[in-house]
Amino acid sequence: MDYITWRSLYTVLVFVLFICIGLWAYSKGRKKRFDEAANSIFEEDEQRNNKQGNTKQESKNNE
Amino acid sequence: MSQTNPQQIEYNLKVVRQFTVMTIVWGIIGMALGVWIAAQLIWPELNFDTPWLTYSRLRPLHTNAVIFAFGTSALMGTSFYIVQKTCRTKLFSDKLASFVFWSWQTIIVLAVITLPMGLTSSKEYAELEWPIDILIALSWIAYVIVFFGTLVKRNTSHIYVANWFYGAFIIVIAVLHIVNSMAMPVSFTKSYSVYAGAVDAMVQWWYGHNAVGFLLTAGFLGMMYYFVPKQAERPVYSYRLSVVHFWALIGLYIWAGPHHLHYTALPDWTQSLGMVMSVILFVPSWGGMINGIMTLSGAWHKLKTDPILRFLIVSLSFYGMSTFEGPMMSIKSVNALSHYTDWTIGHVHSGALGWVAMITIGAMYYLIPRLWGQTQIHSVRWINIHFWLHTIGVVLYIVALWISGVMQGLMWRAVNADDGTLTYSFVESVSESYPFWFIRFVGGLFIVAGMILMAVNAYRTIKAGKPTTETIDVAPREAAAQSA
Ligand code: HEM
Ligand SMILES: [Fe+2]
Repeated sequence: MDYITWRSLYTVLVFVLFICIGLWAYSKGRKKRFDEAANSIFEEDEQRNNKQGNTKQESKNNE
Repeated sequence: MSQTNPQQIEYNLKVVRQFTVMTIVWGIIGMALGVWIAAQLIWPELNFDTPWLTYSRLRPLHTNAVIFAFGTSALMGTSFYIVQKTCRTKLFSDKLASFVFWSWQTIIVLAVITLPMGLTSSKEYAELEWPIDILIALSWIAYVIVFFGTLVKRNTSHIYVANWFYGAFIIVIAVLHIVNSMAMPVSFTKSYSVYAGAVDAMVQWWYGHNAVGFLLTAGFLGMMYYFVPKQAERPVYSYRLSVVHFWALIGLYIWAGPHHLHYTALPDWTQSLGMVMSVILFVPSWGGMINGIMTLSGAWHKLKTDPILRFLIVSLSFYGMSTFEGPMMSIKSVNALSHYTDWTIGHVHSGALGWVAMITIGAMYYLIPRLWGQTQIHSVRWINIHFWLHTIGVVLYIVALWISGVMQGLMWRAVNADDGTLTYSFVESVSESYPFWFIRFVGGLFIVAGMILMAVNAYRTIKAGKPTTETIDVAPREAAAQSA
């Protein structure tokens, strides 16, 4: 395959891949897992708050 | 307490603390250097007739100090923090992490010594000579190992989106640095690039543009995806959008570099392609900005009371501004006006001082109390003052340089209708620029004043506290895997 054909195919391939990523990300089945992922950064706070009235380190530091 | 007495892992916060302190120190030094060279443009005597202190040598020192000392220390520190927290594990190797810190600081000190001496490869943002380049490569490879090693041994199934952005930043910078720095040494302090002519220019701006795209953008987007939700205490607006944002941004950035080389020896088609890709780049950039800002939707009132959140959110609006401006400047006919003028410098600083510095400052204010066992920063009121000093400074800076940039572009292209000669000499455009350069200098003073206030605030907080030790419980099964 010559260079130009290869590059053209590659460009189309990347474009198709990108569309697939978009469809995958917005598919219904993914919603729950993504919501969990988005909330995962707050888990440590919940654990800490459950344990005891610990220093409340992670709560707001604005008044 | 659970019965099984779960195994505990202690986070490595020491290296995060080290980077946090150095971010503030280098921030003050780098920005003060910027104010100094801004003053030199108005009062050239400020080089004190000393070669070491001339504009030509201090300018690269300024850019290296703010990008690689301030910005990169912030990225290294926050990435080590976030990767541990989101992967629920400690760093891959404490020794290697410590090597990353010390080698990186050594590199910066070497830059502080060699650049004023006039030792330079003359490639913008890649000025350091080859022995230092090798040290950078070693330090960076250690960084790659620590970061990705930590991802590999994570105790979570999903890799949180912030890590994807940091990961892309780390890999791409390694590739860019190694390819662009290829050179033939002729002595210990002098080398010549292996590339020549238009290829050299293209490689340089492939590097320069993607350093903007992956260090100054992707890395700090990683910061954004963690600290904005954390400080706002609500999850990111759309996690799905963040996935698409990631792939679109990294897929597109690579192609836009030629917008730095319009109307040069670069082939015309390459310039046009770069222009089109730059315009398209607007879309993922604004997708990311909207995702960050909309995280606050329904909680806008927090902006009123929380100056840290204000830093983070206003940084995103500057990000939006510079990624609207950038595609516009990439259009060849616009670039014909803006190139070589202060407009470019205005654009750079709406990105660097608006976006990069403000998101970093917000992240530092978030981290400082948490890293030194405090619930509160010494003074929240001072954060608020810092916010206004910084915002006023940035606005003075960029507005002044927009005006002077457009003025310079118009003066340089003006020709007399009757004989086609230039209406203005170059030096006339310089003397017309003085008032604007003075405004920029004042803006810089505001910014440095804010940074010093931040340093005092941090110092007081650190003195009142002591280093946090933070452990995490891992379930026995996971803990076993941990020690295996
Ligand atoms: C969609 C996003 C962006 C596009 C399309 C873009 C485009 C451009 C263009 C056209 C130039 C001027 C080139 C010239 O005439 O010499 C430029 C310069 C520059 N931009 Fe951006 N920009 C974007 C975002 C950013 C951001 C977020 C930053 C962050 C700090 C940034 C930093 C810079 C720097 C450092 C330069 C100066 C390069 C030099 O030294 O000549 N840009 N950009
Ligand atoms: Fe660029």
